[in-house]
Amino acid sequence: MKIRVNFSALAETKGQEYVVRFLFGGLVTVVAGIMAKAFGPVVGGLFLAFPAIFPASATLIEKHEKQKKDRVGLTGARRAADAVSVEAAGSAMGSIGLAVFAVLVWRAAPSHSAWLVWSGASLAWVWVSVLMWELRKRL
Amino acid sequence: MKEILVRFLIGGIVVSCFAVLGDLFKPKSFAGLFGAAPSVALATLGLAVVSDGKWYAATEARSMIAGAIAFFVYASCVSCLMRCYKWKALAVTTSSILMWLVTAFGLWYVWLR
Repeated sequence: MKIRVNFSALAETKGQEYVVRFLFGGLVTVVAGIMAKAFGPVVGGLFLAFPAIFPASATLIEKHEKQKKDRVGLTGARRAADAVSVEAAGSAMGSIGLAVFAVLVWRAAPSHSAWLVWSGASLAWVWVSVLMWELRKRL
Repeated sequence: MKEILVRFLIGGIVVSCFAVLGDLFKPKSFAGLFGAAPSVALATLGLAVVSDGKWYAATEARSMIAGAIAFFVYASCVSCLMRCYKWKALAVTTSSILMWLVTAFGLWYVWLR
């Protein structure tokens, strides 16, 4: 299975759906900040890995898969559920990268420049996530 | 109020960018990686360093490890439920957030408290 970039997928997402994701993202970031202010950074930090837009993204995938099947006169409920399941499995692999990102920021943030830490931790997230995805594919 | 607005805008933009990246890639399992991108973390930790200092950001990041483990449990649970029962995505993804909360606060109780 090769990794491909599909720009036409952007046209499938409506403006309203982009707005929903923006609102969810903004809202969760505000909630994470409020939790940190109210209960301290230990509790607030938990919400930095909250599945912010996952429900919105999964619902979009389900809708798009159903629409594709509807166009050819089939009911796509089963196919849509499988697509969401596969996407969620990918997110589980990404969450391992997310944990590595957090470990690096935790250990390096106090003694290194913020930009260096964010860039290094983000690269580590990409690397670990892709590695986990490859490993899972081979198993 | 200004800080909340800035937080909202930065969070919305960063999360949307990762969501668009997720839309672009195929296969779906690879695109799913972007569902667990450090989008909220990048937006929040940057602001935390500016307003509260590096140690505050490091403390938040330590708790984020528990949040990421909870995310793994959440995403695995969603994947299993959708594969086995073919329920509605919105129902499964929102009700499974309870799993995230239980795991995250369970880890907080035994490890971070």
